[in-house]
Amino acid sequence: MPVQVRSEVVSTRRAGIYHVLTLTADGVPETTRPGHFVGVAIGDMTSGLLLRRAFSIYGVQQRGIYGGTVDIVVAATGPGTRWLAQRHRGDQVELVGPLGRPFMLPREPVSCTLVGGGYGSAPLFMLAEQLRQRGCRVDMILGASTEEKLFGVLEGKRAASTVTITTEDGSLGETGRVTDALPEVMERAGSEVVYACGPMGMLASVAEVAAERGAYSQCAVEEAMACGIGVCMSCVLPVIGNDGVTRMVRSCVEGPVFQGDRVRWADIGTIPPDTLGAPEAAKRDGVAGSVAGVSS
Amino acid sequence: MTRAVVVPASALVGRPPDIDMTSELGSLVMPSPVLTASGCAASGRELDQFFDITSLGAVVTKSIMMQPRSGRPTPRMAETPSGMLNSIGLQGPGVHSFLEHDLAWLRERGARVVVSIAGNTVEEYTQLAKLLRMYDGIDAIEVNISCPNVADRGQVFACRADTASSVVGMVRRNTDPRIPVLVKLSPDVTDIATIAVACERSGADGISLINTLLGMVIDTATMRPALAGVTGGLSGPAIRPVAVRCVWQVREVLPDIPILGMGGIRTGEDALEFILAGANAVCVGTAIFNDPSAPARVHSELASALAERGFARLADAVSYAHRREPGMPDPVDLAPEEPAADDSGPLDATDGVADAVADGAPADPDPGA
Repeated sequence: MPVQVRSEVVSTRRAGIYHVLTLTADGVPETTRPGHFVGVAIGDMTSGLLLRRAFSIYGVQQRGIYGGTVDIVVAATGPGTRWLAQRHRGDQVELVGPLGRPFMLPREPVSCTLVGGGYGSAPLFMLAEQLRQRGCRVDMILGASTEEKLFGVLEGKRAASTVTITTEDGSLGETGRVTDALPEVMERAGSEVVYACGPMGMLASVAEVAAERGAYSQCAVEEAMACGIGVCMSCVLPVIGNDGVTRMVRSCVEGPVFQGDRVRWADIGTIPPDTLGAPEAAKRDGVAGSVAGVSS
Repeated sequence: MTRAVVVPASALVGRPPDIDMTSELGSLVMPSPVLTASGCAASGRELDQFFDITSLGAVVTKSIMMQPRSGRPTPRMAETPSGMLNSIGLQGPGVHSFLEHDLAWLRERGARVVVSIAGNTVEEYTQLAKLLRMYDGIDAIEVNISCPNVADRGQVFACRADTASSVVGMVRRNTDPRIPVLVKLSPDVTDIATIAVACERSGADGISLINTLLGMVIDTATMRPALAGVTGGLSGPAIRPVAVRCVWQVREVLPDIPILGMGGIRTGEDALEFILAGANAVCVGTAIFNDPSAPARVHSELASALAERGFARLADAVSYAHRREPGMPDPVDLAPEEPAADDSGPLDATDGVADAVADGAPADPDPGA
């Protein structure tokens, strides 16, 4: 169950181009699992920026001197995230969490590859720790367009058996994308499960590579959200259900973690014609009695 | 169940004010004048994690249609100054799934329920009304004839008095007479008072004011419309003055009709504006996205705001801004062009206020009290 808390900034630090914020969050750490996120309000009651910003939970501390706290990673890309990145120790923010469906963990101690794009790697370190506690082998691939957009390289080296770095400009690690390195890493580690968090394009490729190799994939999507709690219907994407039917599904409550082979990656941003309730289907089947009535 | 523990500032100042917050929308009597706005609370289940939804005046559901509906492609949302633009496109599971899952849950939970309905045709609204009539646990129906995110968006029913009336009339005729039928209007019209009067004559028991304003955002990075649906509905505090104006104008011509006011309500004082302008109850919508416990907070802030102004009952504050001070010249534009259908003669906005004062509103409320 999520809670809504008035939170205080305990500390802030820079990490490359990112800002790591530690926030008091009583009641949040206890129920947080890897892949959960928090929704943070921007400014106070007079703020003109109404929509909550969603952040993967990077880490939690259950009982420190500040009580429960959560860590989030902020990329200051717009006015809301810039405001958040400028917070100082002692400032107040308001957050809701933990939100969403977390990563599913394997029952058996299988080998897992974790793939993070940019600061999408944030939830993977907590995940790595829990996988290793279960006896899973963990290998990690961290990629970004350039070195300063990587997040958690050093931490990855502690959390995983191997860490492979890719940058598109070659400023650190292998030149290329995470999916260029993924087949080899999976091969070497004998991975049966791939976990990924990052931009949609990356997730689509990761899911494809995993499926090609017969591995199971769990992808945490980054979809624009307005509420984060399941009421606004902004953050939908086409996902195939257990019954084989595609629905427009809320990434905030039914995600953000989806099974990679269930998301219709190529159709994101559209309503596939075979989606439940799609306009095309409605036209074909007809809404009962739609001929009569007022049309103009 | 774990609930949010945000304490409203007002609660820290002193004990909660002892105000009679009873609100009536026709035959629907509620212990609170604060409801959720349609489309901003799904069917209440998610918000129940953050506050007790049975304490609300009612949950107004997301608009229900006959068939499942996928809605529009993403991006569906763009943040705007003190507001947002959405083009969700009435995504929903269809009425049968709603009845089986959502209404059943709301009933079990014990919440008051206003079911919002939407249709492509008058016939679809009629079918929905007939179907809903067979179910218990519906406290009112809100007829959404003003969603801008429909296929024929230039021709929403709420844009014309005749089309608005025909929908309202059919829903009213096919709904249990004990259940109030509210009609939700669009502010994107030349004269909202004319539309409201037409709806009242067609049997509307109450008017919900307002739906979103049609708007548009261009993404300057892609240099294309920000929403996949190109245009969308603008909501949030940015539209509040428009909404208050609409409530005021409708109250002027329909002194007695129940009005459910909404549009950018974020605080108790915002809600009070609507009440003073003539709303009997209010909905909190977009503010929920910012603060999931906003409806409960707005209720307690509104109670405090009323107490500070010397009101003992919410009902006494309804339309209070329309009162005439002795010696004030009559506003010239109050009388409608034509008399209303009822036999009370030419409408006079002071009537309702005179009643309210006689019922015990303070003659001289002290804002500093």
